[in-house]
Amino acid sequence: MTLFEFFSRNARELLTLTFEHLFLVVVSTGIAILIGVPLGILLTRKPSLSKPVLGFANIMQTVPSLALFGFLIPLNIYLFHVKIVGGIGARTAIVALVLYALLPIIRNTFTGISSVDPAIRDAGRGMGMTDRQLLFQVELPLALGVIIAGVRVATVICVGTATIAAAIDAGGLGRYIFRGLRANDNVLILAGAVPAALIAMGADLALGYVERTIQFSSAVKAKSRRLLWSSVVGLLAFLGVAYFFAGKSAGRIAVGSKDFTEQVILGEILAQAIEGKTGLPVVRRFDLGGNLAHEALVAGEIDLYVEYTGTALLAILKSPPLTDPPEVLRRVKSEYARRFNLEWTEPLGFNNTFAILVRGEDAKKFNLKTISDAAKVSAQWRAGFGQDFMSRADGYPGFARTYGFHFEETREMDLSLTYRALVDKQVDLVAGNSTDGLISRYGLVQLEDDRHYFPPYDAVPVVRQVTLEAHPEIGTALKQLGGILTVDEMRKLNYAVDGEKRQPRDVAQEFLRLKGIAR
Amino acid sequence: MTDDQTAIEFRDVSFTLPDGKTLLSNLNLRVQAGETLVLLGRSGSGKTTTMKLINRLIDPTAGEVRVERKPTVEWDPIRLRRRIGYVIQEVGLFPHLTVEENIGVVPRLEGWEPERIRERARVLLAMVGLDADRFAARFPRELSGGQRQRIGVARALAADPPVILLDEPFGALDPITRREIQREFKTLQQELKKTMVFVTHDIAEAFVLGNRIALLKDGELILLDVPRALLQSEHPEARAFAECFYDAQSSGSSV
Repeated sequence: MTLFEFFSRNARELLTLTFEHLFLVVVSTGIAILIGVPLGILLTRKPSLSKPVLGFANIMQTVPSLALFGFLIPLNIYLFHVKIVGGIGARTAIVALVLYALLPIIRNTFTGISSVDPAIRDAGRGMGMTDRQLLFQVELPLALGVIIAGVRVATVICVGTATIAAAIDAGGLGRYIFRGLRANDNVLILAGAVPAALIAMGADLALGYVERTIQFSSAVKAKSRRLLWSSVVGLLAFLGVAYFFAGKSAGRIAVGSKDFTEQVILGEILAQAIEGKTGLPVVRRFDLGGNLAHEALVAGEIDLYVEYTGTALLAILKSPPLTDPPEVLRRVKSEYARRFNLEWTEPLGFNNTFAILVRGEDAKKFNLKTISDAAKVSAQWRAGFGQDFMSRADGYPGFARTYGFHFEETREMDLSLTYRALVDKQVDLVAGNSTDGLISRYGLVQLEDDRHYFPPYDAVPVVRQVTLEAHPEIGTALKQLGGILTVDEMRKLNYAVDGEKRQPRDVAQEFLRLKGIAR
Repeated sequence: MTDDQTAIEFRDVSFTLPDGKTLLSNLNLRVQAGETLVLLGRSGSGKTTTMKLINRLIDPTAGEVRVERKPTVEWDPIRLRRRIGYVIQEVGLFPHLTVEENIGVVPRLEGWEPERIRERARVLLAMVGLDADRFAARFPRELSGGQRQRIGVARALAADPPVILLDEPFGALDPITRREIQREFKTLQQELKKTMVFVTHDIAEAFVLGNRIALLKDGELILLDVPRALLQSEHPEARAFAECFYDAQSSGSSV
């Protein structure tokens, strides 16, 4: 499918995402102007403040955006019982974007005013202007071009950074980019990147035009000053309202997911099961990057999502690896209840662990069932592993030791390339994900972990206890999902989305119908 | 001369920077109402410092400056400055304002009606020899140096202040324009009869425009007298300027 075809088929979604993106950029740049310009003016009046303030703004620019999101989500700052900072969604994204946009605006306001010719300032003072009159009638009009240049830089930064906001469910064109990265789909990546680049270029050109023409416009006269003030007040009101509505819609059940296909499908399954069984309104807050889903759950921004027992044990509780599935589940269940007031419900039935894979023909030829079987015949073999597997605690070194592997060659490559390499006989054994749709598609065989080296990664919905108490019917709805998915079924669902490019919503609905849960 | 003819008076005035450098020491000086006093001296002699003490852009570190018999430190600086027209080198025009708006700055600060400001701007433009219809809506960068300087003078006169300070107003002009504008200014001066303090380092200009000349060197007053007296003084600084004046005369006559 070409990019143009994609756009014509998804015109409405593209429009929505573009508006979301523009919304994020306009609101955050607007707030950054309202904070940055007065702050820049203040610095020209109190130059001793300029070092610490500009230093802080400088540091904010160097913080990676995902790290900044991770820092903002657990915050809970209230003003008049309204949460103003913290959680997931557009509001947190706006706070982060404002922090990024501040530096160029403060710096340019400060520089613009400081670089007004001292003779002109003297002329104004000598003519009997008060400090305020000098500021509004001379310094600000003369610095306006430089200030607008700062706004221009800030806007372009915001357009770029707003794509990352999709990682915390703030919407925008980043959704296409993240979806594309996940599915290894260049058309999708471009579908997000090209409009974002166009917005950036358009904003740059438009503000560049304003910057050039402003130098020829005449003074801020009494009338236009009144206009300026009323537009500032209007903008302020708009931003306040916009910021308020950018928050979570209260009173609905929020289902979250991490940012890969399987998680989005599982999120849909949870959402549709709850909708169908309880009739409660459900919002979907999918595609949360890194460990943000967990943090959003703890912060109460979402009510449930599907977590894997091994991930909870190693990445969140930071415990040493355990391998007995029931024991791991017991452990995470009690720790989560004690530490986070979160409830693990019924496991969905499949284990998304590392899958040690060989070609079907080799499995037949050597009669391979378990990893131990393979270890015996693997002296001449080459292996291909993702970077993640090579480095993690439950990864390659322990694996090779446990089973006594001595490969002729071990190649480190991107996970998405390992399957292809195996099929093309460039390697003979790879470690993939057990639920990957490509496994059945390529006729690969997963070898049994007979020495129980890998921790279990059983998929289980995790729910906030307060949500279950308020809506016990959600517990009932989740109970019927217990054991509903085998590894093989999960692979097929993943393939339907990744391989056949179907919508997760439709795939989930079809599956629930098949299982008699949805009509 | 009686005391109520004194418009500006310096009494033992010194000005020292925080780092201890003295820019002006022990200055005693009276400017009579209606006269033009030229402050003459080289760069760094304290001319501009003297001028900024009058409209309180700076305050004396010792002694006192009196304007209309009241010490400047007792004046509200804003009120004081609006009673004193101020002309500095051509950069003093606001580049973002039109000619008319530049001239109208002080009247606008004083809250005049827009109609009255426009009318006043037309009168002043005519007074400095510029056609209001052609120039009122232009921006400073669209004017020649001489035109800009005329606007600067018009702006200082806008609210009809009794005192006008001019800090090397014609310094950046070419010699011919300069001569022209000096002549015009002289006529204007005789018409208006304002108290003026005029800073320059050009002795010829001082001769043309000054009723009296105050010669400054390194922050000290060396001589205060009518122009002719400067040519007869034995003081080396006065003689240096006098020689300069004779050179200019002889080369000027050969042109």
